[in-house]
Amino acid sequence: MRVEQGVIHRECGVLKTTYEADMGLYPLPIARWTVAAVAVLFFAVIPLTLHEYFLSVANLVWIAVIGALGLNILVGYTGQVSIGHGAFMSVGAYTAANLANRLGSPWPVNLVAGGLMAALIGAIVGIPSLRIKGLYLAIATLAGQLIIEWTINHVTFISGGVQASIEVARPRLGPMVLDSQRDMYYFLLVFVVLAIIGTMNLMRTRVGRAFIAIRDHDIAAEIIGINIFRYKLLAFAISSFYAGMTGVLYTYFLGIANYEQFQIGVSIDYLAMIIIGGLGSVLGSIFGAIFVTLLPIVIRYTMEAFGGVFFAQQTVLNLIPNLRLMMFGALIIFFLIVEPEGLNRLWRNIRSYFRVWPFAY
Amino acid sequence: MREFLAIATALILATGSLLTAAPSHAQSRGEIVIGVQCDRTGPTQIVGTVLCPAFHDYVALVNSKGGVEGFKLKALEIDHEYKVPPAVESYERHKKDGAVTMAIYGTPQIYALAAKLTEDRIPGTSPGFGSAAAADGVRYPYIFPIAATYWSQGAAAVDFVKKQLGGSLKGKKIAYIFYDNPAGREPIEVIEDLATKEGFQLKTFAVPPPGVEMGAQVLDIAQRFRADFVIGHLFGGAPSVSIKEFKRVGYPLRKVVSFVWGAAEANIDGAGGFAVAEGYFAMQFAGVGTDYPVLNEIREMYKKQGKEPPKEMASTVFYNRGVLIAALHVEAIRNALKAKPDGKITGVDTKAGFEKISNFTLGGLVPPLKISPTDHEGGGLVQIWQVKDGKFVKVTDWFAAYQDVVAKHIKESGAKK
Repeated sequence: MRVEQGVIHRECGVLKTTYEADMGLYPLPIARWTVAAVAVLFFAVIPLTLHEYFLSVANLVWIAVIGALGLNILVGYTGQVSIGHGAFMSVGAYTAANLANRLGSPWPVNLVAGGLMAALIGAIVGIPSLRIKGLYLAIATLAGQLIIEWTINHVTFISGGVQASIEVARPRLGPMVLDSQRDMYYFLLVFVVLAIIGTMNLMRTRVGRAFIAIRDHDIAAEIIGINIFRYKLLAFAISSFYAGMTGVLYTYFLGIANYEQFQIGVSIDYLAMIIIGGLGSVLGSIFGAIFVTLLPIVIRYTMEAFGGVFFAQQTVLNLIPNLRLMMFGALIIFFLIVEPEGLNRLWRNIRSYFRVWPFAY
Repeated sequence: MREFLAIATALILATGSLLTAAPSHAQSRGEIVIGVQCDRTGPTQIVGTVLCPAFHDYVALVNSKGGVEGFKLKALEIDHEYKVPPAVESYERHKKDGAVTMAIYGTPQIYALAAKLTEDRIPGTSPGFGSAAAADGVRYPYIFPIAATYWSQGAAAVDFVKKQLGGSLKGKKIAYIFYDNPAGREPIEVIEDLATKEGFQLKTFAVPPPGVEMGAQVLDIAQRFRADFVIGHLFGGAPSVSIKEFKRVGYPLRKVVSFVWGAAEANIDGAGGFAVAEGYFAMQFAGVGTDYPVLNEIREMYKKQGKEPPKEMASTVFYNRGVLIAALHVEAIRNALKAKPDGKITGVDTKAGFEKISNFTLGGLVPPLKISPTDHEGGGLVQIWQVKDGKFVKVTDWFAAYQDVVAKHIKESGAKK
């Protein structure tokens, strides 16, 4: 691979001469350095300096990132709308919880098994996508969500009793029990990295290109020889695999699988994440997950800091949650009006503006 | 391009405020922190918008009288919209702020936090929701239901029906209409056991979420099954719908007894008012009405500040439950501070404090609970109130029933694990 030597060198045109360079994960040396810096930040600086509370928030973000990446593969890259993501998570969660409690299998096995089971169920729920598209498909996956919810709720073999919740022991790494938020931070971060690298590479393969072709025009894709049947179901399976993993990680994070944690509202939240973040982009999924998880918290902190200036304490308590909901909604609308293609596009616009700064045309 | 700079600045400002706001919540000396989770905006907001202000009112009352053993209390509240991730975040935030007890709110939330509470050794309460098996203090050392669980409520309901039907249930027909979720199904096993024991015929009727459509079930109960009595266990708007439906098919409401989440003024108002619901029986884990000394003190406190008593006080069922929850937390802290007068208490001390609560009744608003290291429920006491002449009228005093059967189920559930 031919790579320019400069560290802060930036390209100012399309200068690539080989396919390898064009497909490279790091188009520029600076990208490599950025990734290294981000890795140091997230693997060393943040976990070693911040209070456990902030790490617990980061952990919630990590779980959301993996789930959002999975949903973006299906909705953003393949163009198949799904409102069943929460249910696929619950499939993974209950598979892992049952395996852990009935067979005592270790967490890596449960993690993969939960992912695979969700992939299988996801592929089955995805079958209607072969005949219907868009809103119609959304309703079909909604049915999937409700059927899975109902099944877990009523079949005690899966749910482990009428309470539909199964306690799971903390994951172990040799002699170490991963129970503090700091342990969980590293545990989850490893899978976040794997999920990000996995998605980025997936989209550079034949499979990823087939997904994009189906999204852009399915008939054209079929004509150029893409097996729609196989690739649509594959998209559902891969997306659900991510969802299943998310469910398993969530289960280990909380120490319990409980079906009320995966209800339809969760599916909607994940859709919101990828729409706000940007459909069909890895960075967008990450931005969206961060935005939807952190924004309510940031708004609350801001209001706690300034709310007491204007109102009495009891009023603030009642005002904060309601105002937070309103501001959350308003900010989503604001960002989508500023950039309908999501935060990822916004970020790219800012970047390309500064790329030539201060010498804009 | 200018707007991008504006947004970037806004984001930086927002992050900045996050960092600067953080220390303002740090625990100051001489204060005992209670973490309160709340749902003022989510699906159960009719409960939260009354219950949480009541919690703060009681804490303010205690502080206005000099606090607990010389220490002021501080109740930090976070609204989680009945969602799990915000509940996890608020738990960690309260832990960081030094909370020694936590008032958790919501069944999925107490499930999600059970492991953390136990690992971090901070007692969390789940009055009127959560798992009935959590009454077992040995198995769940840091979970405190502190009110009758659904198993105890089921047992109490059967006992109440028995008395209403003349002392024997042999050959009687009882219908159990429930919200079709884990909480709704939880009491069935206890009621089924009692059906065998007392010789009554039990039929269960599931109402699918969101619980607004139950015409067929109610018609079946009234005209096909012809139940002698109905036990209802519904949530949210469903209890109101059930009252309306029973009224519509002409089934007498004096043959219906509801669990605690179908028992508030809001549920009756939703059905069209007290005149419509005349005769309806409602189970309570806190006293109902405005006639308690502690409520008078809260009104006095507001009057002294030159303010009207809050409008939430009119919704007495939820308000009084909020006072009950706050009062039990305060008692646990009081017991902990008595044991450690230097004020350096942790969750371990408040856990022991909860387990010392006994015969603390707050003038009748709180049942005479007896919480112990093995029994975190405190006896499973309830009262039955009836809708009569435009208000709730007390029908029974605090009672618990079939505690042997409930204990058997708690034991079995522990053995299964």
